[in-house]
Amino acid sequence: MRRGLLAGALAVAMFASPAAGCAGSTDRVEIVLRNSHFDRTAIAVAAGRPVTIVLRNEDPIDHEWIVGDEAVHERHRTGTEPLHGERPTEVSVPALETLMTIVTFDETGTLRFVCHLPGHEAYGMTGVLTVVG
Amino acid sequence: MRRLGAAFLAAISTLLIAAGPILACGGLIGPNGAVNLLRTTTFVGYHEGIEHYVTAFQFAGGEGAFGSLIPLPGVPTDVVKGGDWTLQRLVLETEPLGRSAVFAAAAEDAAGEAQVLMKKRIDALDITVLRGGAAEVGLWAKNHGFRLPPDAPEVLRFYAERSPIFLAAAFDADAALERGQAIGDGTPIHITIPTPSPWVPLRILALGRTGEERVEADVYMLTDRTPTVLPGYGERTGLFLDHSAPASDALLADLRSDRDMEWIPEVGWLTKVRIDAAAVDLRFDMAIDASGQGAPSRVAAGLEPLPFMGIASDTVLGLALVGLIVAQLVWFARLLTTRSRIALA
Repeated sequence: MRRGLLAGALAVAMFASPAAGCAGSTDRVEIVLRNSHFDRTAIAVAAGRPVTIVLRNEDPIDHEWIVGDEAVHERHRTGTEPLHGERPTEVSVPALETLMTIVTFDETGTLRFVCHLPGHEAYGMTGVLTVVG
Repeated sequence: MRRLGAAFLAAISTLLIAAGPILACGGLIGPNGAVNLLRTTTFVGYHEGIEHYVTAFQFAGGEGAFGSLIPLPGVPTDVVKGGDWTLQRLVLETEPLGRSAVFAAAAEDAAGEAQVLMKKRIDALDITVLRGGAAEVGLWAKNHGFRLPPDAPEVLRFYAERSPIFLAAAFDADAALERGQAIGDGTPIHITIPTPSPWVPLRILALGRTGEERVEADVYMLTDRTPTVLPGYGERTGLFLDHSAPASDALLADLRSDRDMEWIPEVGWLTKVRIDAAAVDLRFDMAIDASGQGAPSRVAAGLEPLPFMGIASDTVLGLALVGLIVAQLVWFARLLTTRSRIALA
């Protein structure tokens, strides 16, 4: 689901506190990455509105949050760049850090978010993101 | 070789030659995905409040550096090179030579780095004893080139909540080659830890393994009295009691004659526990009561949570581990790490 992803403003940066961000102007979802799992495995967001995704990695190992359709995930399973950050839908989250990304999903549908570091998807580090109208 | 005769040496040689890399209970994943370092048979001796943990790592080929992370129940007083024949001699005690395959593999929060308590170099192994929580130790491992598998955070927390002491062993394959170590050569290490009760971490053996993948290991114990172990034996736990008998005088004499093994008592009880369990089921440790009271700690076994949080681990468990855990980690050389991530991300 490429649609709208490029329209989202890329804002991967250190996130100082949970109160910071764009509350009021965007929808906001916080996902905790702990024990190599996402604490929220089902997320619904509104189409056509920017949503702030806060990714809080509580693990002492690196993780990724990559959202997209099956073609996107298949591409990442076989290898892309070592670190992500140029696309708002593909974020590398270093150990014990919190990052955020802002994405606008223009089309309704169902996507998956996955950590594609070796073994992490098989370990269960996946979730479903539903874009509703 | 002091008390060991030529016949014994010949037997050991045969054993090692016949052995293959079967007991991959602590295998480390190398840059190419192959297992390069295997944990082998281990020995836990407990006498007069001191636990002696002896294990060996077998060089299985490859380049660069590889490592293993071992949680400990307390701060060790020493880490030295293990004896030359302790592990082999134990195998001979419980296994006929015709079944030598048994010895196959012998041969949260923002955190700073863990505190380094001790550093030692043993042959091609760089040993570091660390104090810290799961996040601190994980961060230390990451910053020192270890690459932890996805189950590492949960497993590190499982141990750090009870004891924040870990031993990291980095194996320099290049140095091993320079030293003339051949594939299959083992490097034994001997960890000495004062502790009120012996303990052997088992869950760590499943680190990096998934589902029905088997975890196989042999643990030899030498205690003053017949030990009681939690969890129990049988298919349910994957722990099997293969040997339980008074240690023979010959065995004790042979063990005592090895390097730094003079602590071996005049009498003792020898127990061999074989571990053969699916990784998904191995979610506990081996708690041992060697006092004769038959009451090993359920907390030590990981079957119950700690009754109180924040108590110094050395006293918390009333157990004290000893041990060692073998974690499967990968120690990538920086160049290899980069290359691997490009391939796998």
